[in-house]
Parts: sequence; structure tokens; C-alpha cells
Amino acid sequence: MMPVPLRPTSSDELIDIVRALGRGQRLAIHGGRSKAGIGCDTPDAVPLDMTGFAGIVDYDPAELVLTVGAGTPLAEVEALVRSENQMLAFDPFDHAPVFGRAAGRATIGGVVAAGVAGSCRLSCGSARDHLLGIRTVSGRGEPLVAGARVVKNVTGYDLPKLAAGSWGRLFAMTELTLKVLPRPPVQATLVLPGLDPERAAAAMALAMGSPAEVAAAAHRPAELGDGTALTALLLRGFGPSVTAKRAILDRHLSDFGPTVLLDGGEADIFWDGLRTLAPLGDDLPLWRVNVPPSRGPAVIASLGAQGAQWMFDWAGGLIWLGFDGDPALVRAAAAQGGGHATLIRGPASLRAQVPAFHPVASGPTALEARIRRAFDPAGIFETGRFGGAT
Amino acid sequence: MSLRMPEPDTAILRRRPDIVRALRAIVPGDSVIDDVDALRPYESDGLTAYRQPPMVVVLPETTAQVSAILAWCHAEGVKVVPRGSGTSLSGGALPLADAVLVGMAKFNRVLGIDYADRLVVVQPGVTNLAVTRAVEERGFYYAPDPSSQIACSIGGNVAENSGGVHCLKYGLTTNNVLGVEIVLMDGEVVRLGGRQLDPAGLDLLGLVVGSEGLLGIVTEVTVRILPRPEGARALLIGFPDVEGAGKCVADVIAAGIIPAGMEMMDRPAIHAAEAFVKAGYPLDVEALLVVELDGVSAECDHLIEKVAAIARADGSTTLRLSRDEAERTAFWAGRKAAFPAIGRLAPDYYCMDGTIPRRRLPEMLEHMRALSRRYGLDVANVFHAGDGNLHPLILYDANIPGELDRAEAFGDDILRHCVALGGVLTGEHGVGVEKRDLMPVMFSEIDLRQQQRLKCAFDPKSLLNPGKMFPTLHRCAELGRLHVHQGATPFPDLPRF
Ligand SMILES: Cc1cc2nc3c(=O)[nH]c(=O)nc-3n(C[C@H](O)[C@H](O)[C@H](O)COP(=O)(O)OP(=O)(O)OC[C@H]3O[C@@H](n4cnc5c(N)ncnc54)[C@H](O)[C@@H]3O)c2cc1C
Repeated sequence: MMPVPLRPTSSDELIDIVRALGRGQRLAIHGGRSKAGIGCDTPDAVPLDMTGFAGIVDYDPAELVLTVGAGTPLAEVEALVRSENQMLAFDPFDHAPVFGRAAGRATIGGVVAAGVAGSCRLSCGSARDHLLGIRTVSGRGEPLVAGARVVKNVTGYDLPKLAAGSWGRLFAMTELTLKVLPRPPVQATLVLPGLDPERAAAAMALAMGSPAEVAAAAHRPAELGDGTALTALLLRGFGPSVTAKRAILDRHLSDFGPTVLLDGGEADIFWDGLRTLAPLGDDLPLWRVNVPPSRGPAVIASLGAQGAQWMFDWAGGLIWLGFDGDPALVRAAAAQGGGHATLIRGPASLRAQVPAFHPVASGPTALEARIRRAFDPAGIFETGRFGGAT
Repeated sequence: MSLRMPEPDTAILRRRPDIVRALRAIVPGDSVIDDVDALRPYESDGLTAYRQPPMVVVLPETTAQVSAILAWCHAEGVKVVPRGSGTSLSGGALPLADAVLVGMAKFNRVLGIDYADRLVVVQPGVTNLAVTRAVEERGFYYAPDPSSQIACSIGGNVAENSGGVHCLKYGLTTNNVLGVEIVLMDGEVVRLGGRQLDPAGLDLLGLVVGSEGLLGIVTEVTVRILPRPEGARALLIGFPDVEGAGKCVADVIAAGIIPAGMEMMDRPAIHAAEAFVKAGYPLDVEALLVVELDGVSAECDHLIEKVAAIARADGSTTLRLSRDEAERTAFWAGRKAAFPAIGRLAPDYYCMDGTIPRRRLPEMLEHMRALSRRYGLDVANVFHAGDGNLHPLILYDANIPGELDRAEAFGDDILRHCVALGGVLTGEHGVGVEKRDLMPVMFSEIDLRQQQRLKCAFDPKSLLNPGKMFPTLHRCAELGRLHVHQGATPFPDLPRF
């Protein structure tokens, strides 16, 4: 009999757990459970709690490298790097508020395994771009190391890329090495009020194509705020550079009207809304649609007509969608837009029927399956949360 | 040459005429090369110490042709080596005597430019610089800039995950690619990634970038482009010791500044460069930094003063700030010419590529000096200081018996020491054949077997670019077993190369 729940604190313990698994037993890896509401429920799998792998292993700010236990709370990691005026540039966030719970639960391992990245992903890359090295225990019950603890490395296959966004289906990560970057001392949020979705996307494209080094670009339509649509552009840098960047933007965006500087409090509320997704309400099923930015307006044109609520992030390339209509419509609109849609939140009945991830073409699917079996031949991490094991 | 390459399969060599005929049926005209003299240009890549004419060269120009070639070779058990422009410094494109070399040079078209989504779709034979050329009139560029950018292909960049002097700020190839079309060894054509930021499903694109031509042949690449920064300014900073230069680099980063480029040269490299291009470099310093800041002009002007203040505090003895483009270019001239400049000092040089944690630089250079004495060979250092990527250039004369072997042994010792200091075997040039046998210095047998299982997921017969990256060839069936025996199982019937 397995002790339930399992909370190993060393790789050796974790290896013993994997090796002792009985036939057909599955392990559902979790950290702080902040994203437990994504995917189907998995009552038959044995929960594997990774919060025992917590703590800072090594942090050298001048090397821009941080090594932490995978179960370390994201909040703790962020507080640490902030104390050195640094940041996780992929702008990760805690999903707990999306599911109506207090933030503070997400672990760094969970954030990376889910490939979570916030608004600044547009300019700084995602978790995959900042994950330098991993220690894991594979489905074979073997300790596996990949990548390294330096910022530049091409030795061997880039397994950290596979790890980011693997959702616990390849191996259990016990330790991560991340690239960290200096936190810009000054930031400013400029908004263009009153643009329709097409014009908003055009303005954001123009801003991103200007030399103003825009860090993030997002749009909240009138229905969700106080009645005025807001297209927001985040500028960061040193004092003189933010002023200069604003002047560049004003020149490039003159066709869209003057930009307005949001005060700090309003700006925080705006960008927080793209993390908590509170503006979309908490009663609708929540979708995350990823398309090329220029296709954002077309996606919401078709779904908005069906009653969907929405916000743009990533200059229109990420659409957060609250929609209780036919899921097939969302998937079709995303595919039509050249991208894909993930079901983030919904009642258990919906999640039992609709897979969280967008079904992909058969070629990559077969390849993916072979790769999964390479790490996890018996499928011990295939809990069924994201559909059947292949 | 100390490295053993696989014994060619004589059964395959006997079938050469049939293989040539089959390839001609797929790719008509003179795109199948089997003439001995015409094969010679393909016998090595940028790692010229290793030479091996291929069995036959084929130059396809469509994805369908690549697919048909690979499917045929897969069915017939014929090995394949992909090649872009042949500038690899790790022997990644080194031919095998019994393999078909698939050259991608005819995939040379820019397929599409999308300024709204800031991306370019190219065929893999397009050179790195040609991407920037295609979009510069609209003020855009492609950020990764390997020094070989006028020659190297995007397909080669994807295979090697190439970097450049700007990668501390703008990332390597992997951070700038959105999607690829790739043909697997059995001929299947797969699209990975796309034109959007996140992939659907596992990040297979991330795995393919940097896979050194072992997982498939890339036939189309979608890259991100960036608006050209408004301005750029550079500093030239000399230090009486390497410690001072190292401290300056760390202090710049500690001040929250990520320069667009931060390059270091040691005394031998400075002298060679100055003798070659007369860039005006100081000759009385032990270490020279070229620091470039780019972005909005106001930021460049602000930060250049900050960096100058840091340099002064850290004891710089030379400090020049570029006032205009001509001066900025002049600061770079010596660094950009460093390889050929050092090349003039000896008949041959061997370029290494390890990474270390930056703070270990002084002890690394000290160790290199000791090795230099032990091996009786000079070494000059060019260093991507911002990210800890070292390029020691070992000087030797291949005509002196034993000197190449000594240079290689010297290089191996440098790389072992990089790993011992917490670094890695290669920062941007790839493992290839060059560092293949050193892989166990960095990875356990378990790690290496797992990496080979990924190879098996793409290429179960191990026909694509074999002999590269992995020191030991395991059969996929063996790797598929659930529990690994202690240590490596010897396979007397398989060539160990
Ligand atoms: C003078 C000089 C300076 C250099 N400077 C730098 C530098 O600053 N930074 C840096 O990172 N590198 C540098 N390099 C190394 C080299 O240029 C890069 O590795 C480059 O990306 C290789 O591109 P290529 O087209 O020449 O590829 P090749 O040398 O032809 O091939 C390299 C590898 O890619 C594979 N390959 C090529 N095309 C494909 C394809 N379409 N599909 C699948 N696999 C493929 C080959 O099999 C091989 O394994 C330099 C080289 C030289 C000679």
C-alpha cells in the first residue's frame, strides 16, 4: 500500500516511490495546487506533493542565476530576487485567484511546469526562455539532470525547453535553475482610451514595431471596465529612458490620439486584471487563446457575437475569454486564427468532456507520444488529467 | 587526428551507384553530385582539422524532395548528414564516408514578411544576415548575430542554437524562433510551433533547436524580428589585470544594466588585433572590454556614463566613450577581426567554446596559462564576458607532427576545467564530433541514455547524423528497456565512434 499523500523531501525518496509503484498506479504531481482546476479531475491517481523540495539552493545575482527547489513558493522566489533588485523576467503569476482563492500557493516548479508567463512574455520570453537547468526524477525512476547553471549553454539536447509546459507528464522536477534579470527601476503605463478591437490591435502592433521597447501591450474593452476601452502600453527602464520612450510612442501613435499616463494605482489594477482575470467575472468558463497578434480581432469578432467576454494581452496574441457557449466554437475560432485554445476554468462536467488542451495535428501528436514514453514508458504520470495516455 | 570516425559500412559503399540513381530519380539534373572532385568542397565544415568526402551529395529544393530522400534512405538503411553553409566549428556537418550529404543551399528564399506580427518566414538555406537585409528598410532586424552571419544559414543556426555578441540581451536562436517545418528521418513532415508565441502541447520546437541535425531536417523557419534600436554607444575599457575587468563586468550587471554586448580580450588577443587592424587599442593593459549599450538614445547616453563611472571605480587605465558611429565601429573593429588576427600568429588555430560562471574567470585564465606552459602552445582569449562564454584560441602548426594532437588535448583540458568550475562544454558552437567524447564529463550515463532515447523517438534507426553528440552508440531497442543495467553495456557488434 502506498502512503497517501506522498510528500518526498529528497530525490532518493522520490525514486523509491516511483520504483515501488504497483501496476497501473499513477502519480499526479502537484505543488501548491493553484492550478488544480485545470484539466479533468483525477480521483484515481495518487497525489505526489512536491512542496517538500523547497528552499533556495544557490543565488548569485551577479551571475544572473538562481537555483531553487521546485516546491519553493513563487512568492518566496519573487521576494528574494526583488531584494536584489532583480526579477523573473517571464513575469510569472499565481493562478489561485483565477480559481477564487488567495494568492500565495503557487510553487516555482508548478509555474514552470505549466509554462506560466505574464504580460511581459511579449518582450521577455516565457518560462521556457528562462529555465536553464533541471534536476528531475523520470517515470523510469531515474535521477536525470539536464541543462546547467550558467546562462549560455548548448551542450546536449535542450531538455529544459521540454520541461517548461510539460505539466508533470514527463518527470517530476525537484530542482530548477532560472535566469534572473535586473528589475528596471522605473515603469510607466500609457493608455489610449476608446479604441475598438481592430484599432487597438493596430495601435499595439505599431507600438511594438517602434523603437520604444514596449514591455507589454494589452487591451480591455469598454464592457469590462468603467465604460471606456483601454489600450495599455508598459514602458520600463531608467528614468531618462522611460521619458524618451514615451516621446517615441507619442510620435508613432499620433493617429490614435494622445496617450495618457495612468497613475501607479490605476496601472497596477489594470495589469493585475490580466493575472487574476477578475474583470471577466468568475462565473463563466475561462479560455486562453493564443494566436498571432494580428488575428486577435478576428477571433473575438466571431466569439464576441456569441456573447463572449474577452481581454487582449501580448498585443492581441493572447486572448482571455469568458464564454459559456459551445466549446467547439472557441476551438474553431482559435484554429481559424492560426493558433490554439486552452480551457483554463470550468465546471467539472465541462472539463470531463472537453480536453484542456487544443487537439493538435496527428504528426506532432505521435511524436509527442513517443517522447512521453521515452521519459515515462509505463505512463505513471499519465493521470488522464489531459486526456488519455497515448 | 585523435578522433576515430565510424568504420564505413562496405555493403552501403558497394551500393553507391544504386544510391546515386535513386537520388537522381528524386532530384533531377546536376543536383546529385558524385564526382570525386566535385565532392571535395563538402569534405569538411568550419572544423577543418577533420576531413571526409561524403559518399554523395544531394541538393534538394523542395520539402517534398527532402521527404522523399529521407524516406528512401530510411527504407534502405542509408545514413544521412544534413548541411547548411558548412561553418560549424564543432564538426556537426562533417560527412561520413557511407552517408548521403543533404545540402540545404538551394532552400534560399525568403517566403514571407509580416510586420504586424513582426516575423519572417524563410527557407533554411537563407543566410543569417539575409534575414536582416530583407527587413532593414522598414527598420527591423533579426537579433541573433553569429560572427559568421554573412555565411551561416538559418537552418544551421537552428541546428546549433547559435548565439552572437548580442545574445546576453537578445537571446540565442532558440529565443527568437517561433516555428519550423521539419522532415523526420522516415520522411514524415511535421510543423512545430507556428506564428503565435506559445506552442500547443509539448515544446518540441525548443527540443529541435540546438539538436545539431540529429532529429530531422529543417525545411522552413519562422523567426521573430525586432525594431532596430534608436541608438547604440560603446565603451573601450582597459584594465591592468583581469580581476579588474571581471569585477567591472559584475558591477555593471549589479547596477541593473544589461549591455547589448560585453566582450573581453586578453593581452595576446589585444596585441594580435591591434597589429592586424590598428584599431587604436591600448597595448599596456592585461584585459580590454568593449561594452555596447543600445536602445533609446537617451538611455544609451545615461547608461554610458554609469558604466564609465563603474569602470573608473574598478581601476580602468584606459577609458574611451564613443561619440559617433565611426568611433563605435572602430572600438569593435579589433574585436571583430580578432579571429583572423590571431590566426596570423600561427599556421593554425583551434577555437574553443566553453562557458563558466563569470566570477571564476581569473582562475580559469590562470589555469589556461599553466596548461599553455605544459603543452608548449600559446593561447589567446576572446570572451563573451556578459554570459561567461569563453573562446580560447589555441595556436599550433598542423605540419609539426603531434601538434594537432597536443592542441586538441589542451582544448579538452580547458573544457574539462570549465565543467569543474561549474560551467559547460559548449556555449554556442555545439558538441558535434569535437566534444562528443567529453559528454560524460558533464552528463551521467543515465542522462546520456535519456538524451539518446529522445533521438530514438525521432530516428529509431539512428540514421540521421550518427557519430555526432553522443560518445556511445546504443541501439534504440536496448535503450527502450525499462531499467538500465549498471554502467554502459558494451556492444561488440556496433561500431563505437
Ligand atoms: C568565422 C566563424 C565565426 C563564427 N561565429 C559564431 C558565433 O559568433 N556564434 C555562434 O554561435 N557560432 C559561430 N560560428 C559557428 C557557425 O557559424 C554556426 O554554428 C552556424 O549556425 C552554422 O551554420 P551553417 O549553416 O554553416 O551550418 P553547418 O555548418 O552546415 O551545419 C551545422 C549543423 O547543423 C546541421 N544542419 C544544417 N542545416 C540543417 C537543416 N536545414 N536541418 C537540420 N540540420 C541542419 C548540420 O547537420 C550540422 O550538424 C562561427 C563559425 C565561423 C567559421
